[in-house]
Amino acid sequence: MLGGIYSLLSASFFIDLDAVDVAFTEASVGAGISTLLMLASLKLVNRYERKTRYKPLLALGVITITGALLIYGTLDMPHFGDPNAPAQQHVVPRYLNESMAEIGVPNVVTSVLASYRGYDTLGETLVIFTAGLGVMSLLLVSSRTKKESKNLVPADMRQQIILRVVAKMMIPLILIFALYVQFHGDYGPGGGFQAGVIFAAGVILYTMLFGLGVSQRAFHPEVIILLTAFGVLMYAGVGVACMLLGGNFLDYNVLRHDPIHGQHLGILLVELGVGITVAAVMITIFYKFTWRTVKHKYHQ
Amino acid sequence: MFTITALVILVVMALALVRAFKGPTLYDRILAVNNFGTKTVLLVAVMGFLYGRPEFLDIAIVYVLINFISVIGILRFFEYAGKKNAEEEA
Amino acid sequence: MEILFDIVSWICLVAGSFFCLTGGIGLLRFPEFFSRIHAASITDTLGAGLIMIGLMFQAGWGLVLAKLILILLFSLIAGTTASHAMAKAALKSGLQPQVVGTMDSETGGAPSKS
Repeated sequence: MLGGIYSLLSASFFIDLDAVDVAFTEASVGAGISTLLMLASLKLVNRYERKTRYKPLLALGVITITGALLIYGTLDMPHFGDPNAPAQQHVVPRYLNESMAEIGVPNVVTSVLASYRGYDTLGETLVIFTAGLGVMSLLLVSSRTKKESKNLVPADMRQQIILRVVAKMMIPLILIFALYVQFHGDYGPGGGFQAGVIFAAGVILYTMLFGLGVSQRAFHPEVIILLTAFGVLMYAGVGVACMLLGGNFLDYNVLRHDPIHGQHLGILLVELGVGITVAAVMITIFYKFTWRTVKHKYHQ
Repeated sequence: MFTITALVILVVMALALVRAFKGPTLYDRILAVNNFGTKTVLLVAVMGFLYGRPEFLDIAIVYVLINFISVIGILRFFEYAGKKNAEEEA
Repeated sequence: MEILFDIVSWICLVAGSFFCLTGGIGLLRFPEFFSRIHAASITDTLGAGLIMIGLMFQAGWGLVLAKLILILLFSLIAGTTASHAMAKAALKSGLQPQVVGTMDSETGGAPSKS
């Protein structure tokens, strides 16, 4: 089981060697959040898998065929590092060479992510939002459980005094660093996704050490659930605002008189939307897991 | 000079990995994971200097924070799961 | 002045690497958990600290130096706290430190009998 954590850590370390932004995402998502959520879901289920009575041959067949098709698909792909590959010839030169002039953001990854490929990123944000909705509907809890869990959960780490004191020092720094990552994404590695995840990790640490009741007073669950939708709407709203001002959907040039300023503003707002959605979805999922654990433990 | 440091850190990471896979008790594994994480931070920082790209340091900061959080999460989980499972895991 | 900085930073880097290496070997070779945690926390504080100081001498004034100081502070705080929490959790779960027979008779109160 700890092997899972391991593969995450080492995978992220290998990615480090090349792409800063990807490594950043991997560091925060792979090593941090997925470990925490995996543990939270392990709390819910039993330790060992139950023996199934039927043999899932059909599922195995489907998976094998899909895998074979995927491998067949890779045969058509160009060789690794081939300069004639379509990815190197089509749009990449323009992205790399002219992004400074057209968008004025030093970090090319950010400009590609938020401006050239704005639709794709909107799609990804929607995927995260949908995943959050899925978890919410799967793990429904009554409001009675919610109220009870406020009093039941905090007893967990009372005795770790040093940990609590240190965490009190660390949590503000974590949150400030998340904001730094959020707004510094134009210049260095970082952006909405990573910042959201770091922020959520800070909140989760707070919940783990100080109990659910205290944490929910600071980050109220209903507000957080509203924020998940608000982030997506903010992203799409920027696009609609662009349309109203006479441009295409997500065409930031029209937001200000100067196209480059418009791009800056657009990217900033869009990244903020992404960050809000990611953080809110992660926190919601964690709350849901905690409530559900309480329900399993005390309502049998 | 950075190269030597990076190599040494890699060796230490390998040692920690061995301990994590061998580790007789659960806590040995957690200790090794934590150690691996701190060594990753160092490696990322040294790599940043080796390649002359100091923006790697941001990743190092994230790693420090995330490593701390995940170790605490793991500990809390096993404290919750109780003694019995800790011995099973070993 | 440059050469002096270089030499100091090299010394720090080599010393840090040495401590990391000893800590790693200790992590692998020590007999039981509590001595291993001792070895590992040496790498956390002394090794990481020296390597970071060595890098700081190379960095020069600026944002990079600030970030290095931040990493050093974070890793000092977080590493030691994590070690403490681990040791405490291990002790609570019933893992007793292993005591060699000759030690407790001479060093009076070091390991408690209970």
